Amino acid sequence: MSQVGSFALLLALALSAYSFLAGLLALARPGPGSERLGETARRAGIAVFGIVFLAAVVLVVAAFQDDFSIAYIFHHSNRDLPIAYKFAVLWSGQEGSLLFWSLLLATYGLVLRLRHKTDARLFAYASVIIAAVQVFFLLLLNFAAHPFAVMTGELPPDGNGLNPLLQYPEMVIHPPMLYLGYVGFTIPFAFALGALIMRYPGEKWINITRRWTMVTWGFLTCGVFLGMHWAYSVLGWGGYWGWDPVESASFMPWLTGTAFLHSVMMQEKRGMLKVWNMWLIFITFGLCIFGTFLTRSGVVSSVHAFAQSSIGNWFVGFLALIFATCAFFYVKNRTHLRSEHRLESIVSRESSFLFNNLLFVMFCFTVLWGTLFPILSEWVQGTKVTVGPPFFNKVAIPVALLLLLLTAVGPLLAWRKTSTESIKRNFMWPAIGAVLVGVLMMIFGVRPWADVSYFYALMAAMLAVLVALTVVSEFVRGARVISGHTHQNLLASMVHLGHRNTRRYGGYIVHFGVAVVIIGFLGSAFNLDQEKEMGYGDKMQIGPYTLVCRSYTQEDKPNYGSEWAIIDVFRNGKQIDTMYPERRFYKASQQTQTMPQIHPTVKEDFLLVKDLYLVYEGLNQDTGRPIIKAHLNPMVPWIWAGWMLMVFGTIIALVPNAVPVRLTAPARVQAAPVGAD
Amino acid sequence: MRVRQGTLRRATQLTLLCCALFTFLGAGDEGARFNDLGHRMMCVCGCSQILLECNHVGCKYSDNMRGELMAALDRGDSDDLALQAFVQKYGTTVIAAPTTTGFNRVAWIMPYLALVLGLTTMVLIVRTWRNRPLVPRADAVAPVSGAELEHFREEARKDTET
Repeated sequence: MSQVGSFALLLALALSAYSFLAGLLALARPGPGSERLGETARRAGIAVFGIVFLAAVVLVVAAFQDDFSIAYIFHHSNRDLPIAYKFAVLWSGQEGSLLFWSLLLATYGLVLRLRHKTDARLFAYASVIIAAVQVFFLLLLNFAAHPFAVMTGELPPDGNGLNPLLQYPEMVIHPPMLYLGYVGFTIPFAFALGALIMRYPGEKWINITRRWTMVTWGFLTCGVFLGMHWAYSVLGWGGYWGWDPVESASFMPWLTGTAFLHSVMMQEKRGMLKVWNMWLIFITFGLCIFGTFLTRSGVVSSVHAFAQSSIGNWFVGFLALIFATCAFFYVKNRTHLRSEHRLESIVSRESSFLFNNLLFVMFCFTVLWGTLFPILSEWVQGTKVTVGPPFFNKVAIPVALLLLLLTAVGPLLAWRKTSTESIKRNFMWPAIGAVLVGVLMMIFGVRPWADVSYFYALMAAMLAVLVALTVVSEFVRGARVISGHTHQNLLASMVHLGHRNTRRYGGYIVHFGVAVVIIGFLGSAFNLDQEKEMGYGDKMQIGPYTLVCRSYTQEDKPNYGSEWAIIDVFRNGKQIDTMYPERRFYKASQQTQTMPQIHPTVKEDFLLVKDLYLVYEGLNQDTGRPIIKAHLNPMVPWIWAGWMLMVFGTIIALVPNAVPVRLTAPARVQAAPVGAD
Repeated sequence: MRVRQGTLRRATQLTLLCCALFTFLGAGDEGARFNDLGHRMMCVCGCSQILLECNHVGCKYSDNMRGELMAALDRGDSDDLALQAFVQKYGTTVIAAPTTTGFNRVAWIMPYLALVLGLTTMVLIVRTWRNRPLVPRADAVAPVSGAELEHFREEARKDTET
């Protein structure tokens, strides 16, 4: 089994190298035979997918067959591991996850190479660049982190088992989503670098790349949020984001990728920011590789980083090579990237995009700086310092609030120039709504002067409402015009409107989702928690909820043993739920894992929903009674709802526009007072 | 129009008055010191979690550290003194964010400095862009005029009509 896998990886490396070299030669020396040579390179690239897929299948089959002669399977699986998690073995360790990365890159490469007729020459350049990236990962797999390395000596009867943190349903989809995001940015990077090398005329490469970038961004968004949800549901500390270096590693390319999605519009519509866009996508791809380096090199401590290994040096070398290649071609062909237009007004969509990009990049820089400062500190002053949530909350939240303000303001500004009258008209009602929310929050007890977190919560709430109302007003204004001519109701008109410019209105839905997510975040300023040892019939009060311990027990299962409590939840004397917080002890890995129980109070609180979050902390060895920790986390379900909206908006933006329907009404529709997208 | 502006002004004044009124209601919560300090320190068991958020079963550090923090507050130690005692006992990594002394100040200054530099650069770029003449594209076509221009305009009108 291991020999088949090893051979597949070597063959994939040979084919990738051929795809890269032959493709490069065909592009560098155009001649009678170059077209055929280029075609062989393309086909070799397609074949890489089949071979890497075979290697991945071999590893998964080995996990299913409990083939502990393969060291990777021994370290990351065991006989009693449930079937779903046997698939997860593929990405649960260093070597397997690199193989998974290579497989996803080969899959993206396959799709790109099959669609090469869109623009054969640009796709050929992109294919060569993808092959180069593939060569790097296959070199790693063959010579530095071999997933098919065999065990020496007597074979162990059982494996070490999968990390308990990963034995959770979401871990079957969270890493693939995150990796689809990370790996996916190779495609826009390849197109951008290819376009720069060949001095591609016009902005067509941006159009070709747009869907790839949006799909990739969508996957990365899903990956980041699934990671948050996993942390919330599994780690048992009642939070979802701890500014862990690995979290930051996934957040940084998301920030620059988001900046890129906005700034490409400047290039498409106005022929501006060409240099910036080029570097933004280079940096985004670099950050994806950098994130992988952070996770695997052990340079920073993290709860879910892989063990320290020597492959960090490979990544440093690869990053240097990427930067040198990008810089070389930029210097060589920079004259090709001159802007074609000038900025006509400060108050315009263009300048809002400039500010938006600046803030996204500054946000990313802040996160990067905070992540790397412990290393810098150790290097400069010989002592390591911790850069944790208090630092990030102080320096990143103000930037995030400014970004939120721009999310509200930007879409209402017109391209080229916006009149003051138009700003007043478009902003008056959303601004009044936002101020009203702020006043209501203060009336209901939010004192921004009492604590800086309350101040941030108040500002975030007002800005989130401003964003939501501006989006709603945009939809309503457009739908009214359509309704006036088609006599459809407002809702049908909104659907009609969205279908006519999916990118614009899909984007608005994403903005609305962001506002909803922010409302979810601000709830953390009002979190409550309690901890108590609870015997039979003992009570604990948290907020309006009374928790009563009905029972506690132990259970033994093939993969793990568990202790859990049965807690009845009462509100106003009426029982509303029974919860079962649990702690597991995984036998193969000899590790414990909490399994928190979460009760969203949607029925009781509706929009002001909270999560009642119970953690079984352990048994008091002296009394034999369980210690239960209860958290009451307001608004957390809003985060997941906002995420769904963001994904929905991204899907809408990916749908092609409907052909504009000719209206029967003879009159011309009055131009919208705000800038069309 | 004037009436509407007057109403708007009065609404704005009323809102500002409400804000000012509520600003002077309520007071800070002194009992939050334990919570505040506990969130400014890390648990040193290796879990990389904030002290008051460490939920590791049987963690030998977090319970003791919470007890020590409570004892320090009971003694009447100031925030700085309490934190300093933890640094001496557990090392500099116990503090969850860099201090504002020595080289650690760079950690705090750099993000704001970068933001200021970025803003300044952007303002300069914007000014340059506003003043610069248009650069004709190498592959640009000759400008159209007369009947041809009217034809294009008519096409554009048709395309943008809803």
